[in-house]
Amino acid sequence: MKKSIVLLLIMLLATSFVFAQGAKEATVSADAPLKVGVIYISPPGDMGYSYMHDQGTIAMEEHFGDKVEVIRMEGIPENESSERVMENLIDEGCKIIFANSYNYQQYMLNVAERYPDVYFEHCSGYLSADNMSNYFGRMYQMRYLSGIIAAEMSSSGKIGFVGAYNTPEVVRGINAFTLGARAVNPDATVTVVWTNTWFDPSLERQGSVALLDQGCDVIAQHQDTTEPAKAAIERGKYAIGYNADFRKIVGDDHVLVSPMWNWGNYMIPAVQSALDGTWESQSYWGGLEDEMIHLSPLSPLVPEAVADEVMSVQDKIHDGEWDVFWGELKDNTGSLRQNTGEKMNDEAMLTMDWFVEGVVGSV
Amino acid sequence: MNMLDFITKLLAATLAMGTSLAYATVGEVYTQKTGILNLGMEGIMLMGALAGFSTAFNTGNLYLALMMAMLVGGFFSLIHAFLCITMRANQVPAGLAITMFGTGLANFLGERLGPASNGYNLTGMNIPDKFSNIAIPFLSDIPIIGALFDVSLLTYALYILIPFAWFFMYKTKHGMVVRAVGENPRTAASMGISVTRIRYVYTVIGGMLAGLGGACLSLSFTPSWNEGMTSGKGWIVIALVIFSTWNPGRVVIGTLVFGGITSLQFSLQAAGLKMVIPSQFLGFSPYLITLVALAAMTIINQKKRGSFASPSALGTSFAIDDK
Repeated sequence: MKKSIVLLLIMLLATSFVFAQGAKEATVSADAPLKVGVIYISPPGDMGYSYMHDQGTIAMEEHFGDKVEVIRMEGIPENESSERVMENLIDEGCKIIFANSYNYQQYMLNVAERYPDVYFEHCSGYLSADNMSNYFGRMYQMRYLSGIIAAEMSSSGKIGFVGAYNTPEVVRGINAFTLGARAVNPDATVTVVWTNTWFDPSLERQGSVALLDQGCDVIAQHQDTTEPAKAAIERGKYAIGYNADFRKIVGDDHVLVSPMWNWGNYMIPAVQSALDGTWESQSYWGGLEDEMIHLSPLSPLVPEAVADEVMSVQDKIHDGEWDVFWGELKDNTGSLRQNTGEKMNDEAMLTMDWFVEGVVGSV
Repeated sequence: MNMLDFITKLLAATLAMGTSLAYATVGEVYTQKTGILNLGMEGIMLMGALAGFSTAFNTGNLYLALMMAMLVGGFFSLIHAFLCITMRANQVPAGLAITMFGTGLANFLGERLGPASNGYNLTGMNIPDKFSNIAIPFLSDIPIIGALFDVSLLTYALYILIPFAWFFMYKTKHGMVVRAVGENPRTAASMGISVTRIRYVYTVIGGMLAGLGGACLSLSFTPSWNEGMTSGKGWIVIALVIFSTWNPGRVVIGTLVFGGITSLQFSLQAAGLKMVIPSQFLGFSPYLITLVALAAMTIINQKKRGSFASPSALGTSFAIDDK
């Protein structure tokens, strides 16, 4: 009796192996969805940087429907543990992995070397490999346009900018913003306050308040929360958002405009090429022509003439007729950095560590 | 901009930012005076910020929001009290666990207590009303000290709370009992004082004030909910308690110095002045000052015994049957 039960159990076990095997084969059949791993530095609920990335991921999911399956990893620290997270995603069957913050790049490169069959996509860095691309957008073009609006709306000509860290990305943005402002008001100045943090609502607000106390009447920012903008609005001054449409979030037309990202416009072609088997490593820095970036709808407080002016400059950038860092450039100590007729190359832009004329502050 | 105006605005910015710190620091001073170290401040403040904001968002009632923040803060410190007093757990890991639990839970709930239209997320939502500054006529026009009379109700309340907290601690019989429990619980117990009860009460009161401190951020200073919005203030509070040498009166000095450095740093940048203090200094300066204060205290205490010392029984558990 006992023997027969044991035999039955063994048979059950054996058949279950067969079933399990069958199930496993089914998942790797041709029409199984491509698994896409996405790693965010913060939860998308931050309404800022990772939120906009997730909007891109959602757009990508909607575009491909059941051809893809996305696994999101949120709030992953930029240290060795991110390698474990990537490996877990690969264990789950991910064939392409996106990571959205600068300091993941070395860890991603390490994992990319160990898994040559997986595609890696790193946002905002410069490292790449045969199976790893980096990508980013020319946000400075939108900063320039928002600078035009800021200077047109400012009555004092004193504009404030709350900046996170003095990285080339932020410095480039402040420079572009200042060039835009001074294109319409040559006397305008942009005063910079550094918070030394991407995210700290209290410090961001304090930076903004200090600028307002000094008479700035428009506040722009490269920070993750809406606090700098809110501090300006509470005093009846204007604000320029960033990342997401601050005018919608804050619910006040004193937010004149917000430069925004369209990450989906990179993620969709990248995933498409992975699906087609045509994926290739690249260093991608897309601008207006690829619609990687855009301006939010303008506040109704911005006069139509200003809106038209902004659109005409945007068209010129879009058509490649002109870009922000073309022509003569002086730094804010008065020395000449670029001659008339010269066009700054990408490398100079990506390593920018000086302020243009009109910026009050130091890098 | 003239110098008087500059200082007035600097003081105003310092008061606005320091209010949250001051509440939590007074709370932690009282907790530590009874011998309980609560390192859970960061988590408790964040829970207070969340409780306050979500209550204000859902009911529109700021005072109810303050009560909820205090209730939640009190509840979290009750967990700490239970662990450290009843279970006699080591106070350091217990406090750290409270911080991790509190920040995690606050961030978790922040994505679930919002409106359906925003995916139940509270981030990005606005409250209908906030504790705004109330200017007292004439007084608020005086240079420099005028800044003291153009603050929010929460800051005005501090003008009463801090002197009261000092008076209660050093000038009343009950305050002496509190200090005795933190200095020598065995002697206190032998005099018929319930060490357990006193420690429970002041740990919970400390947590309630920390919750209130968190709510000062989400209901007044930065009226919003953001994940991790306290961003390290709970740790600055721990440093401030040391800097204030466990004296609720000196919390004023500590808060003004700590808050003032940050505000000064921004004001100098905004005024376009050459940086006196490098901006990276900002982040760690409170802790550096604490280190200096600790060293200074040791030197002073060697000369004039005990005047600036921490409560002798701080961090130790106590039971009546201890041998």
